Amino acid sequence: MTDLERHSYDVVVIGAGGAGLRAAIEAREQGKRTAIICKSLFGKAHTVMAEGGIAASMGNVNSKDSWQVHFRDTMRGGKFLNHWRMAELHAQEAPQRVWELETWGALFDRTPDGRISQRNFGGHEYPRLAHVGDRTGLELIRTLQQKIVSLQQEDEREFGDPEARLRVFAECTITEILKDGNRVAGAFGYWRESGRFVAFDAPAVVLATGGIGKSFKVTSNSWEYTGDGHALALKAGGSLVNMEFIQFHPTGMVWPPSVKGILVTESVRGDGGVLKNAGGQRFMFDYVPDVFRPKYAQDEAEGDRWYTDADNNRRPPELLPRDEVARAINSEVKAGRGSPHGGVFLDVASRLPAETIRKKLPSMYHQFKELAGVDITAEAMEVGPTCHYVMGGVEVEPDTGAAVGVPGLFAAGEVAGGMHGSNRLGGNSLSDLLVFGRRAGAGAAGYLDQLASDRPAVGGSDIDRAADDAVAPFAGDGTENPYTIHTELQMTMNDLVGIIRRREEMEDALEQLADLKHRAAGVTVEGHRQFNPGWHLALDLDNMLLVSECVARAALMREESRGGHTREDYPLMDREWRQINLICRADGDEVSVVKQPLPTMPTELLELFDRDELDKYMSEDELTALPKGDA
Amino acid sequence: MGYSAKFRVWRGNDEDGELHNFDVDVNEGEVVLDVIHRIQATQAQDLAVRWNCKAGKCGSCSAEINGRPRLMCMTRMNTFDESETVTVTPLRAFPVIRDLVTDVSFNYQKAREVPSFTPPPGLKPGDYRMQQIDVERSQEFRKCIECFLCQDTCHVIRDHEENKPVFAGPRFFIRIAELDMHPLDTLERKRSAQEEHGLGYCNITKCCTEVCPEGIHITDNAIIPMKERVVDTKYDPAFGLFRVLRSRSKSKSVMNEQADRAWALLRSVEDGDVEYAAVADQVADAMQQAKAVASTGTVLARLEALDHFEAGRLDQAAEEARTSLNWHRSAQERSDAWVTLARVYDTQERATATVEAVDNARRFWPDNPRLRHFAGEGHQR
Repeated sequence: MTDLERHSYDVVVIGAGGAGLRAAIEAREQGKRTAIICKSLFGKAHTVMAEGGIAASMGNVNSKDSWQVHFRDTMRGGKFLNHWRMAELHAQEAPQRVWELETWGALFDRTPDGRISQRNFGGHEYPRLAHVGDRTGLELIRTLQQKIVSLQQEDEREFGDPEARLRVFAECTITEILKDGNRVAGAFGYWRESGRFVAFDAPAVVLATGGIGKSFKVTSNSWEYTGDGHALALKAGGSLVNMEFIQFHPTGMVWPPSVKGILVTESVRGDGGVLKNAGGQRFMFDYVPDVFRPKYAQDEAEGDRWYTDADNNRRPPELLPRDEVARAINSEVKAGRGSPHGGVFLDVASRLPAETIRKKLPSMYHQFKELAGVDITAEAMEVGPTCHYVMGGVEVEPDTGAAVGVPGLFAAGEVAGGMHGSNRLGGNSLSDLLVFGRRAGAGAAGYLDQLASDRPAVGGSDIDRAADDAVAPFAGDGTENPYTIHTELQMTMNDLVGIIRRREEMEDALEQLADLKHRAAGVTVEGHRQFNPGWHLALDLDNMLLVSECVARAALMREESRGGHTREDYPLMDREWRQINLICRADGDEVSVVKQPLPTMPTELLELFDRDELDKYMSEDELTALPKGDA
Repeated sequence: MGYSAKFRVWRGNDEDGELHNFDVDVNEGEVVLDVIHRIQATQAQDLAVRWNCKAGKCGSCSAEINGRPRLMCMTRMNTFDESETVTVTPLRAFPVIRDLVTDVSFNYQKAREVPSFTPPPGLKPGDYRMQQIDVERSQEFRKCIECFLCQDTCHVIRDHEENKPVFAGPRFFIRIAELDMHPLDTLERKRSAQEEHGLGYCNITKCCTEVCPEGIHITDNAIIPMKERVVDTKYDPAFGLFRVLRSRSKSKSVMNEQADRAWALLRSVEDGDVEYAAVADQVADAMQQAKAVASTGTVLARLEALDHFEAGRLDQAAEEARTSLNWHRSAQERSDAWVTLARVYDTQERATATVEAVDNARRFWPDNPRLRHFAGEGHQR
């Protein structure tokens, strides 16, 4: 290959959102030469879209909070399908990760006594989300970005080269993980700018590529969310867990059409906003499921009192976990009680003074004003569900982020699975990125230490093959346009594997996916390799199709409704299914799904719950260790 | 609702390129980026454009729309007349990579030149205590989405490639200001803003503020206060150490009052009403008290200008007088600074420059009494 650029690093981190940057910082601080591969410009990652905050039980606003309460909320939110160890580590370490950001320059909103302020959010028992207005994700990305710059300044002073131990490869896309036997040996990709190929020799690769939302038509996700990491892991021999669980955020914009899907932060509800149908009724009171009934207000008066006196009242049902709220909105619209553009109303105008709204929700105010011509301090917003997050992802070892079955491969953040079970709580994503980003960086560093001089090597023929695959779309027969296939894929997933699912529709979806896969092989792109979005989409399509098939197959197999997986033909949660994870693997083009038992939660963690509550989720024989009727 | 719009989009690279015409459908509620995407999907598959969030949060889709730096995702089509041709070109201040994509690496280079947040040694994670009111000033600057529109529009670098090595640009002035105003940052930042990052090149035309999609008051809240403080630090090197205590111990109104006092004293000296020696102690006292918030910068620079002027060092006097243009709180002060400069120019017998300076003084404050010195001398345009 004449135009191949080669680099050698200890650790290559793919993805420059919260998880990737935190992983890279950790690996570099542990002395490893680290590369960050960034599909966009540095600092533009999808993490900037996170609005509400970072969940961490610092107890600054309510001192009753603790990691145990956070753990409990997380398990409840995920309907007990979470990997218990991930939920435990996450709840325990989140506060340290937030405080650490302050030492790197983050400026969170404050409490009157000068500590980090925390706000209420769906599914969290106490005010728990550290935030900066409604632009917390931007603060997180900028802080990590600036920490990386400070590490580069250290290297500049020490070695005269800011990139001596940490370099960002911006607008660079990885198309393949390279291996030596069963171990990771590096990664292959291309520069967007020039289209030139680049190969990295690296024994450890951390996947931090985010989600898969661009396979759906209505989504809050950006163009980058094409399931790259999920697909890279599958192709490298890794496995995906829980892919059937997709979170539809209850409140996305529904109008105008060009912004359909853009997120409306949950903070609107956390700060007092309520959902109403076309008749002006606060319908969420009709949708509180049995498992949550004891924790939620039964009438508007109690719900309203909770905002000022949380100790003596229960929270309003607008703050149920996201899956519940999304389904409720879906039902209202279906029953003909929706808003003019097919959503429901989210009203904060009649609940808070205009000045408070502008102060607490500045970017929402801005977003509606600029994009929809709506003044949210004067009128209600129209909102509806939007594809937001995939709970499923690469199956990993909780403590190290090591991908199961592929030595040298690690994953963290949205691309990793298990942490959130069947449904993620708002605010648990940013904390997940930090906690498991750091752990994956440390995991990679530890793996290298143990590897010592026995480093795997990249094979030259692997590079040639990867390069041939990457340019294949230029040699197509001219019959298919990547944009057309992408649009059809989005329709298929949205309509047939969306928020409410049925067997027949998913079977249709699988047929359509097979057809699209066949057609995608004939995709042809125009022009040359320099910054060619058509070519990039053609390569991304391959990943989207593979991952979409995993979602559809797993969704077809799981015959129950739980969290981000709702089956019209199996509307109830099933205790038997709670003990089962669905694991996807790929052999060439073939996707297989197998059942695998969930890891067993230790007794001391089970004891954090009331026996009555556990009975709603677990079968008798899972709870033999616990006394019955425990209070 | 839908209509067919005329678009002109620049296609090419840094060496060669031209505007291409497209007729393209537009639907209700769409933004310019939607239309660019439609061109991409139906007419020019390989049209290069950067974008990510499409919600005004990531700052990727910066371009110039009808010559004005804007985010494509936040420019609604209904702001144009249906018959109007919409012209989309890449950011002019940066080299073009392809079509609408430019090489913005300049900005990442500059980011590395700003020393990072430096908290006091020994302050442990979790022990940080800051008041909301004290973090809000810096929070405004941290809203920046790094779209670099302010860098693009800034005339110091827009058409002056030669200034790039020594000029950080508005985006990094707010970064420095953010750190300077951070309640727990310990580094000196004002002097370096001037000496290393080219703050002095900025002559506050506010172009950056006008294009900021986040509405950050770049000029008023970051650049001007910093320009003022640069002088404070020069005047009292130990000041940096005490700035937090001082700003708490004196209210802003007291400091403004004292700055007014210094200013008034200076005018009377400049106008020849009193000898400087007679009021020197009062000026020093007023300036001492005015520090930290108010604009003592203009006073200081003009004092120096006066000193040079009286000693016949006219070039240095002009230099200081020009410098004093940068630091002021009001149009009146700015007008006064122009009068001072006009006097220097007049003595140097630079007629055109004098007329221009007088014009400027009049523009900022038509009734400035000090303009009487130039009355009846034909200094009218």
